Amino acid sequence: MQALVIVAHGSHLSPGSAQPTYDHADTIRETGAFDEVREGFWKEEPSFREVIRTVESDEVYVVPLFISEGYFTEQVIPRELRLEDWDPDRWDSDGTSASQATLDVGDAAKTVHYCGPVGTHDAMTDVIVQRAESVTGDPDVGEGVALVVVGHGTERNENSAKAIEYHTQRVRDLDRFDEVQALYMDEEPEIDDVTDHVDADDVVVVPLFISDGFHTQEDIPEDMGLTDDYRTGWDVPGEVDGQRIWYAGAVGTEEFMADVLLERAADAGADIGDALDQVAEWTGGAPATGAGD
Amino acid sequence: MSAQRDDESLPPAAVDNLLEAATAHDSSGLLFDGLAIHQDDGGTYSLETPDSSHEDLSRTDLEAALYEVPALVTNWHFWELVVAGQGTPRRAFLRWCEGASLEPESDDESDAGTGPDPDDDHGTPVAERYRALETGVTRHWGELELTARLAPDVEGHGQGRRVYDVRHVEDADVPAHELEGHDHPHEAREIVTTDEKDRYRPLKTAPTLVTGWHFEGLSGDDFVETVRTIYPATIANWYREQRGELDVDHWLETAERQTGIYDIVDELPREAVEWVAEACCVDSQCVKRREWQYEDGDELAVDGGDGVFPCREPCSLVTAAARRWTVLESEDEKTWHLELTTSEMNQLVEIVDAVAEGRTDEIREADVYDGANRYRARYLRAKRMGDGSLGHEVEGDAGHDDHDSESGHDDHDSESDHDGHDSERDHDSDDDH
Ligand code: SF4
Repeated sequence: MQALVIVAHGSHLSPGSAQPTYDHADTIRETGAFDEVREGFWKEEPSFREVIRTVESDEVYVVPLFISEGYFTEQVIPRELRLEDWDPDRWDSDGTSASQATLDVGDAAKTVHYCGPVGTHDAMTDVIVQRAESVTGDPDVGEGVALVVVGHGTERNENSAKAIEYHTQRVRDLDRFDEVQALYMDEEPEIDDVTDHVDADDVVVVPLFISDGFHTQEDIPEDMGLTDDYRTGWDVPGEVDGQRIWYAGAVGTEEFMADVLLERAADAGADIGDALDQVAEWTGGAPATGAGD
Repeated sequence: MSAQRDDESLPPAAVDNLLEAATAHDSSGLLFDGLAIHQDDGGTYSLETPDSSHEDLSRTDLEAALYEVPALVTNWHFWELVVAGQGTPRRAFLRWCEGASLEPESDDESDAGTGPDPDDDHGTPVAERYRALETGVTRHWGELELTARLAPDVEGHGQGRRVYDVRHVEDADVPAHELEGHDHPHEAREIVTTDEKDRYRPLKTAPTLVTGWHFEGLSGDDFVETVRTIYPATIANWYREQRGELDVDHWLETAERQTGIYDIVDELPREAVEWVAEACCVDSQCVKRREWQYEDGDELAVDGGDGVFPCREPCSLVTAAARRWTVLESEDEKTWHLELTTSEMNQLVEIVDAVAEGRTDEIREADVYDGANRYRARYLRAKRMGDGSLGHEVEGDAGHDDHDSESGHDDHDSESDHDGHDSERDHDSDDDH
């Protein structure tokens, strides 16, 4: 038997944080690829600490629903899951190329395949493009359009910006959008000046965040000048300085995210049958970057 | 119920499967919940049940004899082929729900030479269990009322199959049609998300589960999944405890393990940990039974509670709150000067009590006899807090340590967790958003 455990942040204050985790878990359950699919959280229950013991399967694929490699994926999650002999070097990553590590856990007789986070998987690029398609309602969106990927900023985690840059470059390489730009909340170049950074009349803005919350539903729309007061909402598209802003909200809420979770597990050796095809069919997703890796 | 009904309700496949399991050439017999089949050397069989004993049976005789004990056969069939999962919390929990021993000895353990002994302890005997299951066996699990029942016969199939119901204990006597019906386990997510005042419930085991809903006729798997959704990981930890294998992480171990903004919680004084447990973990606040102590061999004085399932380590909510308390406890005490009448002093106590008990909403608008009444509080504020404070520090007091109390660990109110990420801002932890 094999289980998929999706580990995510969760929140003590807002139920919205965990919603994408449940949604993607449900999609994957529906594929039947795993005997068990479970969610585990830092701030909710079951906790990282106790999620492994809730599965019956011997083979457990753990995929962090996090954007970048760093403090959570390298320290907190492995420690809380009691991954034995974990060392970030096991992922052999340059900050965006985490793979997987096969480890024992301290509290159960199980083999855990600890995968890199969804955010740095190549398939995430596809989700960003898919997000642009969903928000514009145009499956061919690209020509005459600028795509902006928004990140939190480096703060103390340079990998956070690395993930943003990585996917931005990959979208650029597709040669599909007129312009592709990475902008940040807390550092230059800033999302506040979005219209200074791109020239296209239509600008799709995709925040590389897992769930919608304070940052994506309050800060970013206000910072961009899409609205003076987030409580009154904003138009999609909304107009800023004569440019049309198609603001997408957190990329992590895109249904096609289930694909990335599955690919992470498959890369680690999970047998997922035709689950990827099923998810693509249900979510309208497609690998924009060509075949997955 | 009559034997006749039992006869009709015996699915032939159950007997076939049982015969196969008991007579396979590599099997020395079978022992399950009071049903014992032994393979004798001469190729014959003996069958023992709580009420009968047969020896020297041919395979055909054995088959005939099994038709005489349908409850034992369907019971075996249900547990071994439908539920299966030997050694799993799921199976043990389902057995507990109907009063069976958690893990009946299997034929694996009957090889000891003496053969199976049907008189071993099997919890409530099958016949008695089946009688109880006709109407339903009820258990409580936190705020849940769980009922195990025998499924109604469906075209000669499903006999011996159990189905399960889940509802709030407070809805025990409410007719089903007055409750909102659910049948998919994950519909429970919505039930657990908010309390009756529509506030988000960050702690699933807080005794604030809303009433007015029920799940009826769930399969064992869906039932367990429903309970798991409402009270995550409780079955797994309860099971470990039943086996004497609960891995408790005490306060100090848990606190010392923390990093990032929680790195400081191990500085919380020993006595403050008592207050944390009293504030958060008592039965009125959490239905788990707190098993963690200050450290191994150093028990907290506060009662851990009577919950049926254990709490094996301080949860994230308690850890986050403790971080706040660690910061607050780093402040020095001071002597204050404030002028209050006796009634005003008592009123402060009443206000704190009302907030601590979550009672403020119940205080009637015009109940000015209650010190925590809104008008009474507003009056006190108007009279005594003109400058925003109740009093002033007594001059010359040693406690001059007036620096920002949080400066030592300041990252502002990082628990304000706006978008579901505890903005562990002094760490590189915002990598998820
Ligand atoms: S630490 Fe306290 S509040 Fe948290 S789950 Fe355990 S008993 Fe409940």
